[in-house]
Amino acid sequence: MADDLFKALADPTRRTILDELAEKSGQTLFEICARLSMKHRLDISRQGVSQHLAVLEAAGLVETRREGRYKFHDLNAAPLRQITERWPTPDTPGPEEPTP
Amino acid sequence: MKIHLTSVFVDDQAKAERFYTEILGFVKKYDVPMGEKDRWLTVVSPEEPDGTELLLEPAGHPAVGVYRDALVQDGIPLAQFAVDDVKAEYERLRALGVRFTQEPLEMGPVTTAVFDDTCGNLIQIATKPQ
Repeated sequence: MADDLFKALADPTRRTILDELAEKSGQTLFEICARLSMKHRLDISRQGVSQHLAVLEAAGLVETRREGRYKFHDLNAAPLRQITERWPTPDTPGPEEPTP
Repeated sequence: MKIHLTSVFVDDQAKAERFYTEILGFVKKYDVPMGEKDRWLTVVSPEEPDGTELLLEPAGHPAVGVYRDALVQDGIPLAQFAVDDVKAEYERLRALGVRFTQEPLEMGPVTTAVFDDTCGNLIQIATKPQ
């Protein structure tokens, strides 16, 4: 399980997908693809995005739900707790610096 | 060569006629009986009565269901219409009960949104890049 989590986080495109889902939950595959290509200028196929989403889903970081004929993706940040439980961080968070 | 007609498959032509005219605001251009129950039914934008026609085509072919279900599941629109203001149009359509699968999203010069046409398709609206 932990291996899945670290593997999922190791890729910059997957981290960008998590950023976008953090900004707006409940996105279709189409919207995720649009955000990656238009906002982030990432040259990646729909199949490629699907594969990244499968890795994120295996790690529990992305959940999918069916609503009628549509399928939406949501962020689930809960698995990230494993990291701070394993390596506790100071109680007060430091200044937030965006990392690539 | 010009694109003068494009089409979307619709589950029910009468329902599609209502949605595309009463909700979206297009106007009917041709309505010709074809066979027992089907019609050659096209609409145009009132802003461009001689512009590209949209054919509301019966979705009777067995391949249509599988094809559209797969696209709709992934949120992929089948057609795109241009509007002056995506957010205003989103508010207008939502007030009329239209279901959006993607809320207005600003991406550089373009804003888009995606809604369900209630006849089996997702449709994208977008601002024209200036």
